[in-house]
Amino acid sequence: MDKAFKQETIALELCNLFGKYGYLPYKMSKFEEYDLYAKYKEFLGNTRIVTFTDVDGKLLALKPDITLSIVKNDADGGAKRKVYYKENVYRVSKNSGGFKELLQAGVECIGDLDLYDVYETVYLAAASLALVSKNFVLDISHLGVLSAVMEEAKGKEGFEKAALRAVSEKNMHGLKEVCKEYGAQEEKLLALVQAYGSPKQVLSQIQPLCQSERAKAAFDDLKALCGLLENTEYADNIRLDFSVVNSGKYYDDILFKGFIDGVGEGVLSGGRYDKLLNRMGKKSGAIGFAVYLDLLESLTKTQSANDVDVLVLYGEDTPVQSIADEVDRQVKSGNTVSAQKTKNGVRYKKIVDLQGGEIC
Amino acid sequence: MLNIALPKGRLGEKVYALFEEAGFECPSIKENNRKLIFENPEKGVRYFWVKPSDVSIYVERGAADIGVCGKDILTEYAPDVYELFDFKTGICRMAVAAPKGFYDDGQTTLRVATKFVRSAKAFYASKGRDIDVIKLNGSIEIAPILGLSDVIVDIVETGTTLKENNLEVIEEIFPISARLIANKASFKFKTQAIEGLLAKLREEI
Repeated sequence: MDKAFKQETIALELCNLFGKYGYLPYKMSKFEEYDLYAKYKEFLGNTRIVTFTDVDGKLLALKPDITLSIVKNDADGGAKRKVYYKENVYRVSKNSGGFKELLQAGVECIGDLDLYDVYETVYLAAASLALVSKNFVLDISHLGVLSAVMEEAKGKEGFEKAALRAVSEKNMHGLKEVCKEYGAQEEKLLALVQAYGSPKQVLSQIQPLCQSERAKAAFDDLKALCGLLENTEYADNIRLDFSVVNSGKYYDDILFKGFIDGVGEGVLSGGRYDKLLNRMGKKSGAIGFAVYLDLLESLTKTQSANDVDVLVLYGEDTPVQSIADEVDRQVKSGNTVSAQKTKNGVRYKKIVDLQGGEIC
Repeated sequence: MLNIALPKGRLGEKVYALFEEAGFECPSIKENNRKLIFENPEKGVRYFWVKPSDVSIYVERGAADIGVCGKDILTEYAPDVYELFDFKTGICRMAVAAPKGFYDDGQTTLRVATKFVRSAKAFYASKGRDIDVIKLNGSIEIAPILGLSDVIVDIVETGTTLKENNLEVIEEIFPISARLIANKASFKFKTQAIEGLLAKLREEI
């Protein structure tokens, strides 16, 4: 199948899946007022934004992110709001340095959230990955556990920021150095970051590390979630990994990241971001994830040997009716067909020459 | 099969020797030919030589599962990879050097010649010093001699080249050594192979 079409097919299948779980489509404009991103800049990481001036002089941006636009207009109270989207976002490509249009599909669930909502979102994330490939891994982390353990390490000011980078790199030697530099206790933190594997194994490994009240509460959250996921068909694909991190300013709960065998970077990323809503002055909680569909292009590596099944070759004198009839006959028999006056530049399986009969 | 990117040159050969001692040898690598890829299916490893500054690119994009790369490159390009191990070999440091007797009075914009633009900018930004970065690709040492720059930011190993050009280290920025890096996705799907290799390397060093 054509690579671009494959991407579109997956996007449609994802939307279909989200729809089944009661998520409603959310269609939005490509533009957003720039102020929104200036205010919540760190939510986007260090992404640069394409800006331009509207006819009335307002500064607009091509959306670098969907989540902010969805949650900004949300009112507190009432039923949970569940939406899905399939949209392009505009970001700077790390490698080429230029702006790129990237296709994302994802869900957001906003409202008074409980364990079921968290479970459903993580389950949907796993199901989304399974749509793309059976060979996937979904890493789950809990920032509450990580930050409680970091707090207990009692480093000097600036410790958490410095340590977070080493944590995200699974950089044990670097983490030791940071702990030393900031006078923090390293044992628990190192043990936490080093733990990687199936939820059962990791939970038993990290239970002794979670002694403070805050850490215990986060641990119990995580344990309850893992317990539910264990009964799903994706139990074997789920791992706990505390090196999955994100800005503590907006996230303080479950985080997850999905990988597909054959794609070099994470293709799905999500988490619970109640803190963003708090900063917007709302009481609701929110959780969601996005699938980076542009990354899936590299999955379909097989190049098709032909552009079309049949090339219908005709000349200046060929009656148009006979070209139309031949094309029609081929299409009806299930072939893809292209009518051309020359065979140069078209790759085909079979040629039908209307100038002089059929050649195989 | 683990794809391992090694940096061409002395450091790569040194590190390969460590892999060999850890039990991941690939005899064909020592044959003197122009091949770039070497495989030992029995041990499940495939080595290839690439330009040292390209190792992180091969690993970040998943063409190599793991690779060996200097901390200088990791700091400069900040690739999105795991940094799993410090080989504690290829030890040197990123430093600021200037002609002997140079004193930075802080009154004018400091002209800095370097290959490592990001590292130099970050270092001076942390001190709040205004600089003019001049990106060069080699022979950095002659920049201050010819008056192209006031100081240089470069890798210093023994300091011999600096001495011969009448330069000296005035500030150290960060220590450098060879690191084992891994692609984040590969780590998920080849966890056992990578952790196995890591454990053997840890035992050895």
